[in-house]
Amino acid sequence: MDEMKEVVLEYITDEYLDEDDEDEVSYDSPLISSGIVDSFSMVSLKRFLETKYSIKLSDEEATPEAFDTVNSICILVGKHLG
Amino acid sequence: MAFSDSTRGLFTDEIEKIKEDGLFKEKRFICSEQDAEIEVEYPEGAPHAKVLNFCANNYLGLSSHPDVIKAAHEGLDTRGYGMSSVRFICGTQDIHRELQDKVSAFLGMEDTLLFPSCMDANSGVFEAILGQEDVIIADRLIHASLVDGIRLCSAEYDTFKHMNMKHLKKKLELHQDKRTRLVVTDGVFSMDGDLAPLDSMVDLCNQYDAMLLVDDSHASGFIGKTGRGTHEHFGVIDGIDIITTTFGKGLGGASGGCVSGRSELIELCRQKARPYLFSNSLAPPIVSGSIKVIDLISSSTERRDKLEWNTKYFREKMEEAGLDMRPGETPIVPVMLYNAKLANDMARDMYAEGIYVIGFCFPVVPAGKARIRVQLSAAHEKEHLDKCVKAFRKIGEKYGILGLGKNEIIEKYGR
Repeated sequence: MDEMKEVVLEYITDEYLDEDDEDEVSYDSPLISSGIVDSFSMVSLKRFLETKYSIKLSDEEATPEAFDTVNSICILVGKHLG
Repeated sequence: MAFSDSTRGLFTDEIEKIKEDGLFKEKRFICSEQDAEIEVEYPEGAPHAKVLNFCANNYLGLSSHPDVIKAAHEGLDTRGYGMSSVRFICGTQDIHRELQDKVSAFLGMEDTLLFPSCMDANSGVFEAILGQEDVIIADRLIHASLVDGIRLCSAEYDTFKHMNMKHLKKKLELHQDKRTRLVVTDGVFSMDGDLAPLDSMVDLCNQYDAMLLVDDSHASGFIGKTGRGTHEHFGVIDGIDIITTTFGKGLGGASGGCVSGRSELIELCRQKARPYLFSNSLAPPIVSGSIKVIDLISSSTERRDKLEWNTKYFREKMEEAGLDMRPGETPIVPVMLYNAKLANDMARDMYAEGIYVIGFCFPVVPAGKARIRVQLSAAHEKEHLDKCVKAFRKIGEKYGILGLGKNEIIEKYGR
């Protein structure tokens, strides 16, 4: 799980933060509710998770709540990986 | 009665939640023509106040131009009030064709199709031209109407960091396996007033075989040397495949929008775009008024030149006054305050000084980036601009923010 958290955190930092961005993201930083990731751009993150972990996330699962922190994202992905 | 107390309660709770979140939009009534100086009833029931308007999209000051009003009257007298039809049944008049042709010539595009609004144009264009084999790659800060249109389309979509060409390149590389790629951006972004780097975007689209769509609603009529838009500004008129724009801002300010671009794409919109197929034709007076607008701005650059002068002058004076603005060259001037309460309090105090501006905060702009958005117009005279700057000086001094930069304002008021 720790390795997955590192991978997801690295992707989020690379995909959503600008080089000069002052925001710092940790495993429990709010992503959606803070505006770092919005509902429109969340699609990139969903695609990354599906490709990286060979899973399929339904729209019912890929909610703003489930995608709000690295921790909650990894719990969701973990469920699919058994 | 089906609307029971418990049903009503559901909706009142939701309205209360909007109020609690500070997102409730209050009613404001304009009791005059749209212009630089307007008469406003605010709050509801209050005596009318004469204020200077710095929050309209009336960039060229054409909303109440006598020639445009006269042309609209002529349209009303000769072509009637409404069409009582969608375009493809019996709702297309000769003046609809004339306006489409004139817009195509003005924007430098092959063909144009009118829509009831640019919101409708953006809602309909993607679904009409793309399918599930295609991908849309959009800037993350595009207008909400483009987001809605993209979501209505079966094509896959992806996003890139705002105006970040390195990231766009990466996404274009990622999606080379798709049938077609469509890159989507605003020409001028409405909240920040920044210009999408269309020259670099055209280069990337050529390199990676992608089409480019630009929503130029906040640019048509005044950006570029002759006001053609952002594509003229960057010298890439031939490199744009689709422009969507509105007649509701610089181009007269009434209503209506269009999709303009490659003839095959426009034909597909004519055949398939649902907001075009299933909503009424643009009313004749608006079509006639819009034709006059295009004639006026095609024959003279006087109004866009004045707007350019106003923009330079206002930005210089505001900088001298010590306000923290996002740098730029467009008539959208964001005065950065970062804190939502500060933005709303200052906007209210500006109104008391006779200056009508609005505070914008999350989720309309990113969290921690609250601002007052000032919009300039060719209808503004120098004394209007001076009065606005004077009010910003006074209110800025009251809140102790003059001369402060981002970090200092945040330190004082928080985000």
